[in-house]
Amino acid sequence: MKEKIIYKKPDSLTDINFSYCPGCGHSTVHKIIAEIVDELNLREKIIGVAPVGCAVFAYNFWNFDVSEAAHGRTPAVATAIKRVLPDRLVFSYQGDGDLASIGMAEIIHTANRGENITVIFINNTNYGMTGGQLAPTTLLSQKTTTSPYGRDAKNYGYPVKMLELLSPLEGVKYLERVKVTDAASVIKAKNAIKKGFTYQMQNIGFSMIEVLSSCPANWRKEPVEANKLIDEEIVKVFPLGKIKDIK
Amino acid sequence: MRKGKIVINEDRCKGCFICISQCKVKEIEKSNKVNKYGQVVVEFKNLGKCNACTLCAISCPDAAIEVYEIIEEKV
Ligand SMILES: Cc1ncc(C[n+]2csc(CCOP(=O)(O)OP(=O)(O)O)c2C)c(N)n1
Ligand code: SF4
Repeated sequence: MKEKIIYKKPDSLTDINFSYCPGCGHSTVHKIIAEIVDELNLREKIIGVAPVGCAVFAYNFWNFDVSEAAHGRTPAVATAIKRVLPDRLVFSYQGDGDLASIGMAEIIHTANRGENITVIFINNTNYGMTGGQLAPTTLLSQKTTTSPYGRDAKNYGYPVKMLELLSPLEGVKYLERVKVTDAASVIKAKNAIKKGFTYQMQNIGFSMIEVLSSCPANWRKEPVEANKLIDEEIVKVFPLGKIKDIK
Repeated sequence: MRKGKIVINEDRCKGCFICISQCKVKEIEKSNKVNKYGQVVVEFKNLGKCNACTLCAISCPDAAIEVYEIIEEKV
């Protein structure tokens, strides 16, 4: 009897365990990015820019070059890296507090300039690292530590749909929203990220993939239940699929 | 039918149990073991039903599952 290995931890992940909570979507997205880097043989070519938030230690987990930026500023740092090293594949990895709150200006201008980078946007509808505060993406009536009675539009406005907001900008070439709640959706998410990277290699321009991602710890849910919440409720507010694809 | 098995890296498993929810043939269950980080880990039941479909491994956030296909050698 012979045994053939058909799935293993990608080489582009180090042996350091992820610092994320059990079931956290960040882990799954880190893993699929590493798988793509392996598959496309990008280890010596790719440079990630890690955010502030739970993913602040991303450089410990990916076995390739990763820079770090101040809160919300990864698109600006990624812009600089890409302009200085145009032959590298550069991606910005950001949470929703990072991208849609403190970094709102950076993401809009980077997108509008049509920088040839790929943005991976982890939307877990709250500020994970600091204890589950309201984010611009928090759903209406969702309870967070800073909206204990639930988000109401009168006081806090509406959930920001970043892809729909960036879509009219001419510099923006590819926008897709995915989730990573089961094996099938993980495969789709991986294909979307791969497409973003491929577009960048073809010099097509700015792309952003938004991943609806669970934060079981702050949602106070078991990981499987947290994923069910995405499948059943969150997708109604943030519809999945391609928002823009110029090809 | 294709035969398979999985190997769980207990140091990486965090007991999120997403793999259990994904396995169509119920080959994975919660164990009564705790790893060095204090996390309850899952275990492979080895009932002979695993067909190396990789759904558990694809959905495992922590890359804690290796999947093997078992190939019977003809004599
Ligand atoms: C300039 C600045 N302001 C505030 C903070 C505090 N802070 C750290 S993480 C964080 C929120 C991160 O939330 P998000 O981007 O959604 O990422 P998550 O942790 O959910 O992945 C904040 C406000 C900081 N580190 N720097
Ligand atoms: S707090 Fe939320 S986002 Fe941060 S690691 Fe835990 S589950 Fe993930």
